[in-house]
Amino acid sequence: MTNPSLPAEPTRRDFLYIATGAVGAIGGAFVLVPLIAQMNPNASTIAAGAPIEVDLAPIAEGQVIKVTWRGKPIFISHRTKQEVEQAQSVKMSQLPDPQTDQDRTKPGHEQWLVVVGICTHLGCIPIAKSGDYGGWFCPCHGSQYDDSGRIRQGPAPANLPIPPYRFVSDSKIEIG
Amino acid sequence: MSGPSKFQPTHPVLKWFEARLPILSLLYDSFVSYPTPRNLNFLWTFGAILSFLLMIQIVTGIILVMHYTANADLAFASIEQMMRDVNYGWLLRYAHANGSALFFFAVYIHMFRGMYYGSYKEPREVLWIIGVIIYLLMMATGFLGYVLPWGQMSYWAATVITNLFSAVPIVGETLVTWLWGGYSVGNPTLTRFFSLHYLLPFVIVAFVVLHVWALHVVGQNNPAGVEPKSDEDTVPFTPYATFKDLFFFSAFMLLFCWFLFYLPNYLGHADNYIPANPSVTPAHIVPEWYYLPFYAILRAIPNKLAGVIALFASILILAFLPWLDTSKVKSGRYRPLFKIFFWIWIATCIVLGWLGAMPAEGGYVIASRILTAWYFLHFIVVLPVIGMIEKPLPVPDSITEDHIGGHKKKAGAVAALVALAALVGLSVSSEPARASSEQPKPPQQTWTFAGPFGTFDRAQLQRGFQVYREVCSACHGLSLMSFRNLAEPGGPGFTTAQAAAVAAEAKVKDGPNDQGEMFERPGRLADRFQSPYPNPQAAAAAFNGAAPPDLSVMAKARTYERGFPTFLFDILTQYQENGVDYMVALLGGYEDPPADFKLPDGSNYNKYFPGHAVAMPPPLADGVVAYTDGSPQTLNQYAKDVAAFLMWTAEPHLEARKRLGFQTMIFLLVLTGLLYFTKKKIWHDVEHPTEAAPGQDPKATKI
Repeated sequence: MTNPSLPAEPTRRDFLYIATGAVGAIGGAFVLVPLIAQMNPNASTIAAGAPIEVDLAPIAEGQVIKVTWRGKPIFISHRTKQEVEQAQSVKMSQLPDPQTDQDRTKPGHEQWLVVVGICTHLGCIPIAKSGDYGGWFCPCHGSQYDDSGRIRQGPAPANLPIPPYRFVSDSKIEIG
Repeated sequence: MSGPSKFQPTHPVLKWFEARLPILSLLYDSFVSYPTPRNLNFLWTFGAILSFLLMIQIVTGIILVMHYTANADLAFASIEQMMRDVNYGWLLRYAHANGSALFFFAVYIHMFRGMYYGSYKEPREVLWIIGVIIYLLMMATGFLGYVLPWGQMSYWAATVITNLFSAVPIVGETLVTWLWGGYSVGNPTLTRFFSLHYLLPFVIVAFVVLHVWALHVVGQNNPAGVEPKSDEDTVPFTPYATFKDLFFFSAFMLLFCWFLFYLPNYLGHADNYIPANPSVTPAHIVPEWYYLPFYAILRAIPNKLAGVIALFASILILAFLPWLDTSKVKSGRYRPLFKIFFWIWIATCIVLGWLGAMPAEGGYVIASRILTAWYFLHFIVVLPVIGMIEKPLPVPDSITEDHIGGHKKKAGAVAALVALAALVGLSVSSEPARASSEQPKPPQQTWTFAGPFGTFDRAQLQRGFQVYREVCSACHGLSLMSFRNLAEPGGPGFTTAQAAAVAAEAKVKDGPNDQGEMFERPGRLADRFQSPYPNPQAAAAAFNGAAPPDLSVMAKARTYERGFPTFLFDILTQYQENGVDYMVALLGGYEDPPADFKLPDGSNYNKYFPGHAVAMPPPLADGVVAYTDGSPQTLNQYAKDVAAFLMWTAEPHLEARKRLGFQTMIFLLVLTGLLYFTKKKIWHDVEHPTEAAPGQDPKATKI
């Protein structure tokens, strides 16, 4: 029998207690897996988040439309020549989150800007064609984005993100 | 729990906290130093087991609510979606459903233990009555929860049970309308039941706290039925009772998991996989097994009001037990007469339960009446009288004397086992006589997905899907399945491209588009299988009023009578293939009606269909589907393949369930084994005091 006042050699009894405790703890940890995993998106939500196709033909020059993908608004802006030139000519030093307009568009389709329409500050939806930079203005906390969707002023830390998308044809994109 | 606490913190922070909120000392005194009689047997662990089960029910229940929709049109589908699409949704839902049944199983052992050992007697009357209140709350909670899936059994249970209140004179009808929130059971009923089902478990928790509080004031009873007289008679709750409770809880979880992973639908009713239909009552409506004895009492009485009164009285009479039992001796162990009547009463309850499941006719009703009378006589006459005339055996002086002395091997237990074996033997021998009854039993088929390691035969599922598509889908929908399911693991094993091709062939109604119009487009993987009909009315109209049912959960919604004792052996053999066996039998069971059978117009004679007149004409014949893998193109093969396919649509996570079940069982066996030896070590010096060194306190904590 171990004397609690003296650090003795581990006994078979100690080993049994530690083994039981360890196995019990492992079991408890595994029980948590389903209890936590059930809150992740379920299979039908994931399946419903599949890529969507958007026909660009009806969007007039200078028009911005909103489509929904995975429950998020996606802005598709058909920019005028002037807007494209303006976006491309901005100096990187003026940008809090420097990124060229070329990096934010697909080569050969520079007139099309596709961004996730969620302010990178706290998730509000910015208003198109407003603010001082010809792009978007977020009514919640005053962040301003330019016509390339880049943050120019206000509390938002980053540019409007570009969703994964590709041109299926000249007038059709697939988002996702 | 009197006198100063044994908890004396030394750390200044703990001291500071303890002076402001003495919760640590309360917990310490209640669950660590609390003295428990040293001679408690395993039956005393059911209190702890029930506490754990209550926690399991509350945790899984709160999670189910995250995925459930309390709406008469959506409830059934929301539960099915949970079972199919939510991560581990099937596990959580089956755990909650089987958990309630196991909860009742455990509470009955807990109650019977209290009744046998006289745990309701002075000074534990209030403790016992709180227990009866908890039991009543459990019954209400269980019933309310059973309604929520909104299947046929849910709906009709709600109808029948709420109609009990219509027996109340004068205001009965008004009362029932008030309970329903309408002129029949409907959406308002469902939403209020949902609310109350969420509320009551927390009321139960409150009463459990009172129950434990009362218990800790008066102390636990024990098998000897004598109160502790010295410190020698008790051991501290921790580690002695804690580890005993943990060991038996772990062992109980083995039983729980056996049902949860291998027989998840055994304790339920197949009819509850049919969505609620207010215009058709199932032919055989019975409550869950744990209410059956009370249901038998209700049906035994030919008068509506008297039946309802008897039903409630049969439960409420338990609250008066402390005063109905006149004996001063607590433990049934020392009461030879009481012991006999106790077991007769237990048998009465079990047989009443069996009668509750039988049709209310002929000999069953007479037997129910006799046993109902005996149920009440036991309380009103037997208990008071034997308490006065019985000569009890000598009661031990102290708990220690009882514990050290040991007791004789239980002759009673042996006799009970012999009786059970005889009963089983008798039933087996009488089986051939019953087999000739008019409703033949479907033959049992061999299935690859049966048993603890069962998996689907992918080729068979693919063939079954072909049969469904080419034959069944003309009339039957598969509304709970999505095209993507065809390519998911554990299913027929189609590639994503194959599943997408199947989807693309379907025309899916979508919209409205920007012009506000509905339009048709080719199906996508995320779409559901399309019903062959625009709405249920169109389906019914096309088939003279008998709409072909949806097949998604058909394999779980059909069953057949297994009979006694086969249904008990099914627990051991994990037989869950009632539905598919029935389907195969039905599909091949068409034949010419016997000469004396009057077949209604527009129906067909089927040997295996209940009542034999089925609206569906024989759907399959040899050679109607061209298999490409060389399998025999026979009706029997088609039937087996499509039944296997429908087993998968009904239970898409069957393989994952059995796999996880095996892992869990192995884990629990290891844990239970370790807990057994830990418990043995901890109890060693108490069980074998002579081996302890002299002068050493045998109860000193070893952890």
